[in-house]
Amino acid sequence: MSALVRVPRSTLARSLGLALAGGAALLVASELLGSYQDLQLASGTYYFIVLAGLTMLTGLSGQISLGHGALMAVGAYTVALLVGNEHWALVPALAAATAVGAAVGVAVGAAASRLRGPYLAGATLALAIGLPALAEKYSGTFGGANGLVINPPAVPAGLGVSFPLERWEAWIAGAGALVVVFVINNLVRSGVGRSLRAVRDDEIAASLCGLHVGRVQTLAFVVSAACAGLGGGMLAVVLQLAAPGAFQLQLSLSLLTAIVLGGLGSQLGAIWGAAVLVLLPTWTEHLSHSFSLSQQVSANLPLAIYGAVLIGAMLVWPSGIQGALRRIYAAARRSSVGLKRLEGNPTSGSGGAGNESN
Amino acid sequence: MTRFIDLTLNGISTGAVYAAVALALVMIWRATRIVNFAQGGMLMITTFIASDVIGSTGSYWLGFFVALACGLVLGALVERVLIRRVEGGPPLNAVIVALGLLILLEAVAGMIWGNTPRSFPPAFSIRGYDVGGTRLLFAPNDTFTVLVVLGVAVALWLLFRFTDLGLRMRASALAPEVARLLGVRVGRMFTLGWALAALVGSLAGVLVAPSVFVGPSQFDPVLIFGFTAAVLGGLDSPPGAVVGGVVLGLVLSYVSGYEGASLVTLAALVVLVAVLMVRPGGLFSTRRERRV
Amino acid sequence: MRATRLRAACGGCALLMAAAVIAGCGSSGGGASAPGVTATSITFGTHQPLTGPAAPGYSEIAPASQAYFDYVNAHGGVYGRKIHLIIKNDEYNPTNTVTVVHELVLKDNVFGIFEGLGTPTHTKVVGFLNSEKVPDMFVASGCPCWDKGAEQPYTFGWQPNYTIEGKVLGQYLKQHFAGKKVGVFYQDDDFGNGGLAGIRDELPASQIVSAQSYQPGTTNVAPEISAIKSSGAEVLVDFTVPIYTALGQLTSYTLGYKPQLVVSNVGIDPTTVGGLLKTYSKGKAGTELIEGAITDGYMPASSDTSNPWIALFRKVKDEYDKSAPFDGNVEYGMATAYTLVQALELAGKELTREKLVDVVEEKGAELKGPGLVPFRYSKTEHGGYGGVEMGQVRGGKIVLFGGPMVTEPTAGSPITPYTGAESSPPSSGVPSP
Repeated sequence: MSALVRVPRSTLARSLGLALAGGAALLVASELLGSYQDLQLASGTYYFIVLAGLTMLTGLSGQISLGHGALMAVGAYTVALLVGNEHWALVPALAAATAVGAAVGVAVGAAASRLRGPYLAGATLALAIGLPALAEKYSGTFGGANGLVINPPAVPAGLGVSFPLERWEAWIAGAGALVVVFVINNLVRSGVGRSLRAVRDDEIAASLCGLHVGRVQTLAFVVSAACAGLGGGMLAVVLQLAAPGAFQLQLSLSLLTAIVLGGLGSQLGAIWGAAVLVLLPTWTEHLSHSFSLSQQVSANLPLAIYGAVLIGAMLVWPSGIQGALRRIYAAARRSSVGLKRLEGNPTSGSGGAGNESN
Repeated sequence: MTRFIDLTLNGISTGAVYAAVALALVMIWRATRIVNFAQGGMLMITTFIASDVIGSTGSYWLGFFVALACGLVLGALVERVLIRRVEGGPPLNAVIVALGLLILLEAVAGMIWGNTPRSFPPAFSIRGYDVGGTRLLFAPNDTFTVLVVLGVAVALWLLFRFTDLGLRMRASALAPEVARLLGVRVGRMFTLGWALAALVGSLAGVLVAPSVFVGPSQFDPVLIFGFTAAVLGGLDSPPGAVVGGVVLGLVLSYVSGYEGASLVTLAALVVLVAVLMVRPGGLFSTRRERRV
Repeated sequence: MRATRLRAACGGCALLMAAAVIAGCGSSGGGASAPGVTATSITFGTHQPLTGPAAPGYSEIAPASQAYFDYVNAHGGVYGRKIHLIIKNDEYNPTNTVTVVHELVLKDNVFGIFEGLGTPTHTKVVGFLNSEKVPDMFVASGCPCWDKGAEQPYTFGWQPNYTIEGKVLGQYLKQHFAGKKVGVFYQDDDFGNGGLAGIRDELPASQIVSAQSYQPGTTNVAPEISAIKSSGAEVLVDFTVPIYTALGQLTSYTLGYKPQLVVSNVGIDPTTVGGLLKTYSKGKAGTELIEGAITDGYMPASSDTSNPWIALFRKVKDEYDKSAPFDGNVEYGMATAYTLVQALELAGKELTREKLVDVVEEKGAELKGPGLVPFRYSKTEHGGYGGVEMGQVRGGKIVLFGGPMVTEPTAGSPITPYTGAESSPPSSGVPSP
């Protein structure tokens, strides 16, 4: 089975392979899709960047954050200010957004490491509603309620005149996502990842083993904040905006919902979550308009369906989409193994369902 | 000086409202160890029902008590049908279900009653008290709100601290298996906890509705500050909810009055973080952390 | 082995997502010389806050426009083409606005965007619409930022912008409340700031003793009103939306503060504000707390049932938008729709995007409709109505007085009376070219 492809044993090489394979898939997808779907792909990709960090924070490190929308705002405003006012190039601006996000993450993470459970949730919720208010207070710099608008990223001449802007944006977002996949995948499978899990599962035992609980938790926050900053910066590039109205509490709550729905702690879960964030609102809108209902009902029906889907998904798939897929896969493998046994063919032993999160 | 007095009074009256919402959240937390984001949706629905009753019968107090009764029923129903299934699992699942319920309830309210906010009558006059010729920013209705909130806080504190029922509810929340072994009907305790919390929530709804109007999204800001107040005071403590609410109300009032409205949410963040850094469990937390 | 599964899964999932997106899509790619136009239909799109905190009142506008389009369609449409309006909900969130407008233009292939609502929302799509050369007709916002004919040739405003309104109100205050202290209570965005700038343009600085802003979304405005009362202001100017006009009045009532109220036309609709204050007015219409308030208007008051335009719009509403109350929002939606139909008629049977834009620039200033003043449309001005008439809430209804006045939204420009005749609607209710 594994003779088809020589899989490298080192985590680093595997992460690289994963990133490249994902990149190839994104490239193909972006070529097949029309302009609007490319925009959706770009949106899904920057959501994935944020969700990858957030699911690591909440799933592996056990810290609930209701404030990642504010951290996205930090990244978005950084890019908007640097690209719009200071005319920086794209890549340095995105790197700066990541760095600023990480810096804010240090402060927030240090405070967060002292808090647990609902108190952490409450503090991060206050962050989600408080931080964007800075944009309204210092409206001279941040544009106030209207926010900032930047010019669309210039499509390189080498790609041709008719290359759609949306596809270029999808490529930019995709490049960022690949970096994130590479880094997070390595992190999760490294000693750092193990110490995150150790601290999550039993703080006292972990500190007895020599792990500094506060520092480990802050590190997790910093990494997830860096991802959120990069994701927010990508949002500014793809949508060409940074405004307080885009970063309300609803965004932070949607991010949390997405990681749980997708499958907590899992990178693939982050992909499903991003897909849900982008596609579910569109599907609920289409569904609502396929009935001819009164204005009052059809305006509110998409949200009603969304809420019902959230509830239903949690009741039916408590481990999220990825958890459900894993169960299906494991059941399929068990039945195929069982079948082979029945036919008198002993299998080569192992191969139980992989327990470790992807 | 009058400005300071006015802002203080305003802080107390708005704080009482946040405290009312906080009490409902504290109630559910103590009884079931879940943070109930759907509280806002539930109290919004019961306030709409009260508004319809008042509109058709003309009686405020009938609508008031109908709202409380609906709260009891709605809370019990939500717990039995939805929350029961996610109670044992990862805590985040219950949070997501509550969020989904909040979204669903706001959308359903929009479908039934429309998105236009409507007026809701206060229990008593909102004409400010006349003190030596100046009118205060505090009216009989505000006195009623503060008294009701204090009464509910005392009642909840008594319930949890001194009654057998309260003990059973706390045990069901903290150690359900052990409680079951000791003969406590844990499921019933959970349902009762949610029903009582929804009752407190409905009370908060009718108390705050006159000043925020009744609409699907009109209660959201009060909810957010109510949650902040609950965390500020300590989720395990009814007196904490009241103190947290009043402190938050005062701080926000002063900031809004002296600095400007744009800093209000930032002020809430600063206050909350400042308190939590010193006492990570809220103002009235009782947990002592043992550092190894 | 695990990695193999991982890679396969990763590649597979990305393609799965792509496939799902493709499966969920409709037709893409227009190919027609004028997208959104066929022999039998013209399709416009709009973005509106249908749900969420910004929905109250505003969510009535687009359905009212659609009702008027339905009326026109029932009378043969425009050159035999029926007008369709795709209404998309952006919940006043700029992220959603960008997404839905891209969807309308790239996927639904609308002919143009009509009545896009909100400044923080619409400013994020103006660049896209102009670079894609999509007509951006009659933005539902009074921001002066739509009025840039040279840089944004495809974008047109419609209502009088906030600076114009502030100036006319300010001049009225200067003439009738000279020497009285003025306090301003305003929304902290372009609406409130624009109105305040207009007032400041007309009144001496010493007369404005207090200017307090509020954040939309807050529920406690008592500190701001109490500050204005403490400053001793005898006149309270409100640049507020109806909810905050009502909240401000509640606090004023508690404090026993009874200044002369002056309210922007955005926030005074007596049906809406009265509904919010009903329980404080002892069962009456609810407008007691705003009785006597000075305001302005640029169309006949929605309560003026003797006016032929109001009669027409009421008839249309009763037939095509039954569940809505007839208030200022519904009148707004229908009047804007009327202007669009006029423009489409003028553009002629061979309809292209450029022709629509050109015809508004060339002939827009002469359009006659429910408005009391002419439009400011030219090659360089894309502003919309150029003035307002003063009004007052009397007996719970807005009564206009003094005659309409026009001005330019630049500081220091004069305010002059407009003496043109009021027009009547065509007998069929549908404009003819």
